Amino acid sequence: MNVDWLLEHSPALIIVLPLLAAFLTPIIDKFSKKARNAFVIAVLIIEEILVIFLAHDVFTNGIHIYTMGAANPTETVPAQAAVPIRIVLEVDGMSIFMALISATVSLAAAIYSLAYIEEEKGKGKFYTLLLLVLVGMLGMELTGDMFNMFVFLEVLSIACAALIAYRSHFGDSVEGAFKFLIISSIAALFVLFAIALLYAQYDLLNIAALASAINYTHLDKIALVLLIAAFAMKCGAVPMHFWTPDAYSVAPSSITAMLVAASQASLYALFRVCFTLYGVTLNLATIGAVIIIFGLLSMFVGVTMAIPQKDIKRLMAYHAISQTGYMLLGVGVGLYLLTKPEFSSYGIKAMEGGIFHIINHAMYKGLLFLTAGAIYYRLKTRNLNEMGGLGHSMKYTSIFFIIGALAIAGIPPFNGFASKLLIYEAAYKVSPILSIIAMLVSILTLASFVKVFHSAFMGPKIHDVEEVPKSMLAGMAVLTFVIILFGLFPGWVVSNIVHPAAQALADQAAYIQAVLGG
Amino acid sequence: MIYNIPFYTVVALILIGLYAMLFKRNLIKIAIGLTILESGVNLFLITLGYRKEGVAPIYTNLPSGIDVPDKMVLPVPQALTLTSIVIGVAVLALVLSITMMIYRHYGTLDSRKVRRLKE
Repeated sequence: MNVDWLLEHSPALIIVLPLLAAFLTPIIDKFSKKARNAFVIAVLIIEEILVIFLAHDVFTNGIHIYTMGAANPTETVPAQAAVPIRIVLEVDGMSIFMALISATVSLAAAIYSLAYIEEEKGKGKFYTLLLLVLVGMLGMELTGDMFNMFVFLEVLSIACAALIAYRSHFGDSVEGAFKFLIISSIAALFVLFAIALLYAQYDLLNIAALASAINYTHLDKIALVLLIAAFAMKCGAVPMHFWTPDAYSVAPSSITAMLVAASQASLYALFRVCFTLYGVTLNLATIGAVIIIFGLLSMFVGVTMAIPQKDIKRLMAYHAISQTGYMLLGVGVGLYLLTKPEFSSYGIKAMEGGIFHIINHAMYKGLLFLTAGAIYYRLKTRNLNEMGGLGHSMKYTSIFFIIGALAIAGIPPFNGFASKLLIYEAAYKVSPILSIIAMLVSILTLASFVKVFHSAFMGPKIHDVEEVPKSMLAGMAVLTFVIILFGLFPGWVVSNIVHPAAQALADQAAYIQAVLGG
Repeated sequence: MIYNIPFYTVVALILIGLYAMLFKRNLIKIAIGLTILESGVNLFLITLGYRKEGVAPIYTNLPSGIDVPDKMVLPVPQALTLTSIVIGVAVLALVLSITMMIYRHYGTLDSRKVRRLKE
């Protein structure tokens, strides 16, 4: 079991390890609670190391292919066949970039959960589902097969819905879970129908093989509409955002942080379909404009709905919608500008901004939800009017909150600033109005977080509470560390992680070639 | 014409399912709508694999006289449908158990009255 072997099989291992661990967890739970906690954290740390290990290889050597069940994992097309038959895992810069987000957020969420769900029942099953959510996200991100993507989408939805309803002794938790599950199932069935439409024409399920065969017929257009609608529904873009605040606000906070990453897995699927599956056959400028409109609507509606909220997590959930708008805007501007040769360098810039914003958002929004959870842990309320003066007793939580709030508002030196600047700069080339709206939304975001900070942490000491337990602080610290790191070295991150991801997304030919060969 | 009937059925099932999910107030009826929608998609998948006078796609079990694989029905859509049915069962079980918990908390299945989140 040397390093080469590990590297060769790492895409499969990354998916299989948490899957097996998920079903081992309840068994270990029967014997010892401490062993279970240690096991889950150990698995997630190994997972993180594996993902970083594979990421390093992908960023230096290019696309990594793994064919399930083949004697030689790089043999995608069997000798007797003309097309890829087996399930192929295809890891390019964008996939591994998303996998890094999923693994990091899951690790932080699991560490945080150790203390956070201490008083709840059924903790063994909680960790099983948490690991399954991770499996769903990673599966969607690493796979190169449409049907496989559907299966992992369903794994993700079912595990997420069960976790949202985890505090089933509250009526609102099950209500939120019901909405989430129904929306997810409709979206997943749309995806399946679109896959069937594609299969009917081309007899193919592999994304790369489909991309090379696709003709952009009427049926393909219908499939594209179904796929975009379904994935936009799952990632919570306006006008299909109604489930987001309901599900985000009632889930346990560590799970809300993971839900953010889960929505981003759907966002990844949306980009993968637009760029890789349809790619050059598509009228890029039109789809770009559609995505820009989605983005603008999400940004503006999200932030205006957030301002009057009294429930702290509901407020943050509306901000999550608005931040998703930034990512859609960035990538939409990228799609739009890539068709105009004189601006194509700005196109890549815009995509870098949008993609960089994905990782930044996962980190600071995750952190903010975790601080909201810390407040809930001590006060047992999400209502902002019942909070106040927490800065006196919960010093670390308030510091983490300030860092998260400044990052989301795009204040230097935190990471949100770097990605937003890239988006403003590129969006200006399409139309200055886009940049103005984006900045306006940023200001409104800052305003509403100032309000939250003031009503939760400032003022006289009215609640006699202590700081939250160490494991919750450690979970928040993991995300804070990443935020500060990315904020201090945005140039390094953009050129070494974000730029390869954006390039991978834009380079459809390389994706196809990796599977089908020269 | 006669071979298009499954496709008309698919459209009808999907529309009925969507109608039930969008306009019905009872949570159980929403769950029923979900299964009807899913049956529509499954029927579509299975119809794709149909071959006129086809045989089961098992090489060792071919009837005598037929040796071209063109007469075999497509196995992949069947595998996909099977997977999708299994997933559907899991989703339905979860939807129904969540519905049960909602009934326990709210004492009603009317979606207009299950709205504690909006207050």
